[in-house]
Amino acid sequence: MPKEAFRDGVLRLLKQGAQLVDVLPREEYEETHLRGAINIPLKELDRKSTARLDLAAPVIVYCHDYL
Amino acid sequence: MSPRAAWRFEGMGFAEVYDYSPGKADWSASGLPMEGTRANEPTIGEVAWQDVPTCAPAEKVGAARERVRKAGWDRCVVLNEGRVVMGLLREKELAANPEATTEEVMRNGPATFRPDESVEKVRRRMRARGASAVLVTTPDGRLVGLLTLSEKR
Repeated sequence: MPKEAFRDGVLRLLKQGAQLVDVLPREEYEETHLRGAINIPLKELDRKSTARLDLAAPVIVYCHDYL
Repeated sequence: MSPRAAWRFEGMGFAEVYDYSPGKADWSASGLPMEGTRANEPTIGEVAWQDVPTCAPAEKVGAARERVRKAGWDRCVVLNEGRVVMGLLREKELAANPEATTEEVMRNGPATFRPDESVEKVRRRMRARGASAVLVTTPDGRLVGLLTLSEKR
């Protein structure tokens, strides 16, 4: 089951080598995103688009906010 | 959107998946590093006066007033121990009974803005509402500074 993470937890996980994924549409990602995040829009999320990621390393996903 | 993405990742076999639900808005508003074509636009967190005077809720109004005026200001932000904004003292409140505590006379619940908001947009709203200054805080209410309408205090 995915876990909820907050700012401090995200910072800690990133130091430990977590993979950061912005799932917003490409235009929104291009305007602003968290430093180091890659973009895989939710609509494009499948085995092919995630093939470059490491299955064993933690993954953190985010969008704009709670909504 | 991100909860669905997190479940999708897990369904594809990723061993450890986290959903940073407060997301980009929280990260940016906390002043953490951003990238992108609009990441370098001036934000109110960068131009807010960080040296705005502050006081504790239990401090006497007279003591706060003296300190504020000596520093050349006309307002003071009331903060708790965690630097969370409790209220604001403007000229009117600073002129109150010097023996009262700042908590007794402060303006409760002043409007606050997040540090990642655009300088131009916030100043436009301030002009429309006739506000000469607004507080800038992190999403959890900690003081960042005071944004004035012009570059002057």
